[in-house]
Amino acid sequence: MSRVTEFIFRRRGGRGWHWTDAFTWFWLIGGFVMMFGPAIWLVNSSFKSPAALAEFPPTILPYVTAAATVEGHEKPLPLYEVTQPDGSTKVLAEVRRVGTVAQMVDPAVPGETVRVNIQDRKPVREVAFAVTNYVQPFLSFDFFRYLRNSVFVTVMATIITLLTNSMAAFALSKYNFRGRSFVMLIIIATLMVPLSVILVPLYSAITAMGLSNSLWGVILPTVATPTGVFMLRQYMLTIPDELIDAARMDKASEWQIYWRIILPLTAPALAVLAIFSVVWRWNDFLWPLIVLTRRELFTLQIALNTYAGETNIQWHFLLAMTVVTMIPVVLVFVFLQRFITTGIAGAGLK
Amino acid sequence: MSRITLTDVSRAYGQVKVLHDINLDIQDGELIVFVGPSGCGKSTLLRLIAGLDRPTRGKIAINGQDVTRVAAADRGLAMVFQSYALYPHMSVRQNLAFGLENARMPKPEIEQRIAEAARMLEIEPYLDRRPGQLSGGQRQRVAIGRAIVRNPTAFLLDEPLSNLDAELRISTRAELAALHERLSATMIYVTHDQIEAMTLADRIVVLRAGRIEQVGTPLDLYNKPANLFVAGFIGAPRMNFLPAAVFPGSAGATIGIRPQHLRRADDGESTLKAKVMLIEQLGSETVVHGDADGHRLLAVLPGQQGLETGEEVMLAYDEENLHIFDENGLRAD
Repeated sequence: MSRVTEFIFRRRGGRGWHWTDAFTWFWLIGGFVMMFGPAIWLVNSSFKSPAALAEFPPTILPYVTAAATVEGHEKPLPLYEVTQPDGSTKVLAEVRRVGTVAQMVDPAVPGETVRVNIQDRKPVREVAFAVTNYVQPFLSFDFFRYLRNSVFVTVMATIITLLTNSMAAFALSKYNFRGRSFVMLIIIATLMVPLSVILVPLYSAITAMGLSNSLWGVILPTVATPTGVFMLRQYMLTIPDELIDAARMDKASEWQIYWRIILPLTAPALAVLAIFSVVWRWNDFLWPLIVLTRRELFTLQIALNTYAGETNIQWHFLLAMTVVTMIPVVLVFVFLQRFITTGIAGAGLK
Repeated sequence: MSRITLTDVSRAYGQVKVLHDINLDIQDGELIVFVGPSGCGKSTLLRLIAGLDRPTRGKIAINGQDVTRVAAADRGLAMVFQSYALYPHMSVRQNLAFGLENARMPKPEIEQRIAEAARMLEIEPYLDRRPGQLSGGQRQRVAIGRAIVRNPTAFLLDEPLSNLDAELRISTRAELAALHERLSATMIYVTHDQIEAMTLADRIVVLRAGRIEQVGTPLDLYNKPANLFVAGFIGAPRMNFLPAAVFPGSAGATIGIRPQHLRRADDGESTLKAKVMLIEQLGSETVVHGDADGHRLLAVLPGQQGLETGEEVMLAYDEENLHIFDENGLRAD
């Protein structure tokens, strides 16, 4: 342990502070805040009540005004710390407020109301997690249906992506044919065409095929990824051709060469592409939003959008469900990051 | 029966011709070695025979049957690759079984063939390991095993020993010779190492720049090289080449004499005078680098010679050991 602290607090300046020490600390802490700040803010805010979310200035932790049940009042009353005329403070509950004057009552002495100027009091606040933000959507919002749609789209799209991209990569890396480089160039060139440009033609194609308002309409246009083909091809180029010659001598068909030799050997690159594909498809928003109009087909990302109405956004539910939808992606990264680093290095991509 | 006949086989990659009209008849049960410097087309020729590549022109026949357009898998040949090309994700057993499974062979027979090959090559203890967990020599055996289980008409070996260290190479070479003896199968062996060629071959094919320079038994090539290239390529150290003028009264344009055929001269012998430039003492023999009238001359003398650099030495030879070549570099006699 002492060695860990020694490592962490080691400074270039020895006992003093070299300017690089200060800069390093500033840089790392700044980076940490930049990277994790939004995530922490999201998670904390997802536990805030709508009132706390609307509060200004915003707080990091979810606070609520403490309340107490007072005899003679049905609902719990909010508690305030009131500064008495003699300078001492006392916790009182608010019965009602008229203008700048509030009628308050001491919870210990319920019969007697006191009039207090609102400038003389401060709300008593405590940290409380509004778990209902999470529970409520599970009860009223059809979470599991959207989850199922999202999982279906992600899993199917990933499987088809791996299959088709690896086939294309196999052909482009291991077969010599006229125009091979040209085909590769075209595939790479499609990286430069953003989705928004091809949105309209793509939509008409999908509609013409009768795939609008179908999960397959979401899946199929996304499966051919230039990134995937390029990454797998670069990786497959490193597989020696002699292995394929050996397999040919071993009476393997071209399909068997692909399925039993090339695919298993490309596993590290396939793992990387699988991770990417899962993240891409899980987080997809624009394309599913266009293709899917029937509520029962919505993926999670689209369903979340229904919390944002024209006039009013239910931030507390939206934030809570955003946290829930982030969980699978985070898990994928936590458990598979080893593959990402080794696979990317192996694919010759940095 | 496996007789492989090549008729006018040529291969060109675009404008570059790498093989020129190769004619060769490989007998059943023969171990034939293709030897030549790198880039001479020997590996390409092997790939053409294997069916991994197609000739631009010419015909390849196995047992009289034209297989020029037949796929590699259907020629009944097995190949051992220079890099071994073992499937890294499969165990040794799966590596051996892969070809047999593809041929739809029944499971028990596959098992039996693997057991047999494993016993023959002493790879039984590693059957369940992956190639990555084996040493170079063990991988080499597995690669040969993968060829043996197929029970092929002929074995094609592409520089199979080049990735082994010197000591292992010598023992594996002997094992390969023994294996050829036992299987009495046709083997085509590609190497750039003339010692491998000399020790293993029934017949050697010397290739240069896509052409066959000479075909013959190892001793044929050593004793009667057909041209300067073969004379220089076969035998170590290299044959000495001197202009005919250096040898009094001899015909031809160039005279070749092997370093081993030179000896210290006694009186009255036909001799060459050389100045000693460098001496390599190997204990059992002494290699003398000499300079004879401005021509480099190498002599391998028996035992340990009391010679010193700068000294003049008289070297004798026997007339019958001289190789005489004409102006075109072809053997004159």
